[in-house]
Amino acid sequence: MHRITEILEGLGSRVTGWIWRLGFASRFFWLTLRHSGTAFRRFYLTIREIYFAGVLSLVIILVSGLFVGMVLGLQGYDTLVRYGSSEALGVLVALSLTKELGPVVAGLLFASRAGSAITAEIGLMKATEQLAAMEMMAVDPIARVVAPRFWAGIISMPLLAALFSAMGIFGGYLVGVRFIGVDDGSFWSQMQAAVDFKEDILTGIFKSVVFGIAITWIAVFEGYDAPPTAEGVSRATTRTVVTSSLAVLALDFVMTALMFRGI
Amino acid sequence: MMSRKELDLWVGLFVAIGIAALLFLALKVAGQSSFSASDTYQVEAKFDNIGGLKVRAPVKSSGVVVGRVSGVRFDNQTFEAVVSMTLDGRLQFPRDTSAKILTSGLLGEQYVGLSAGGDSANLKNGDTLKITQSAVVLENLISQFLYSKAAEPSPAAPDSKAPDSKK
Repeated sequence: MHRITEILEGLGSRVTGWIWRLGFASRFFWLTLRHSGTAFRRFYLTIREIYFAGVLSLVIILVSGLFVGMVLGLQGYDTLVRYGSSEALGVLVALSLTKELGPVVAGLLFASRAGSAITAEIGLMKATEQLAAMEMMAVDPIARVVAPRFWAGIISMPLLAALFSAMGIFGGYLVGVRFIGVDDGSFWSQMQAAVDFKEDILTGIFKSVVFGIAITWIAVFEGYDAPPTAEGVSRATTRTVVTSSLAVLALDFVMTALMFRGI
Repeated sequence: MMSRKELDLWVGLFVAIGIAALLFLALKVAGQSSFSASDTYQVEAKFDNIGGLKVRAPVKSSGVVVGRVSGVRFDNQTFEAVVSMTLDGRLQFPRDTSAKILTSGLLGEQYVGLSAGGDSANLKNGDTLKITQSAVVLENLISQFLYSKAAEPSPAAPDSKAPDSKK
């Protein structure tokens, strides 16, 4: 009997703890937005964070984009050639990259490359009492530390997703046209006929902006909320990667379902 | 620590190639359709059967894309399908233009084909095309073929042999 009450208590405190964190995260989101002025007035702070979140993620984004596109080219050709429509390879590669794979895979990579770094940095600043020191000097840590990182993530993410898609299409072209020998002209012309700028490409960019907001919000919050110990920071970093990856996949489904017009 | 100038250079480079990638996606991949959304007009056409026509399917005249299908709905008064089309505003068609639902290739997508008529007045925004031809449904085609086969006076072979034997 005592055991059961213990389990129930544990469950209850978990749920309330979770809801409390959600509420704090929402308040934190609002605080970040309200203190965003500094991020734009002293834009140098944001540029510095774009360098860390965006420029340093370039290599992993470009290389994985190229490989994803090359795999799509090979696998897509393998299936399409059975139906005698290997010219549709360009359509397959371009649509799957711009609508889904580009934003989602770039988001997952961004979460593990930049999101974890943001959490670890803010968490360590908190653990070494740098945030408290800033408050002592009447510098708002949310305006000085959190908001520039938040906006840098939102600015970097769509650019990275676009680069991923472009690199992937180039990879698909390399494998499909250069190695296998699909016709060059029909590869591009079928792609251009099937891909619509508003429906497909803007959809992908919109998705990547939403992912950018979700990932950086989770990353800065986990860092700010991390227990100021070595273990706490490491746990917060892990949680950032897990939560933001799940958020990216779930948001992707929700947005695709909302925008799905399959008549 | 990196100098401010160097940082600006790297971030500028990053933003520049990011925008270049967006331009590549817009121009090379999507091939930004030649007519802008602002300069268009709408016409409607009623069909008995639209087959597999979808929203955003191309509207072609002489094989050139002149517009897109913007909507498909069912008219409960006449029990017909109403297809609305957005046409390029720079192109004018006579009022007695006819619309057909065609298929590109054997298994390709369906599109609307416009054939210009001879009227001197042109189509305006909101007009309805009078002359239409429905999509070809394979089942109807097969049943027509079978009925016409059954109606024929059976084997044609003896008839064709008959003149031969006379010679």
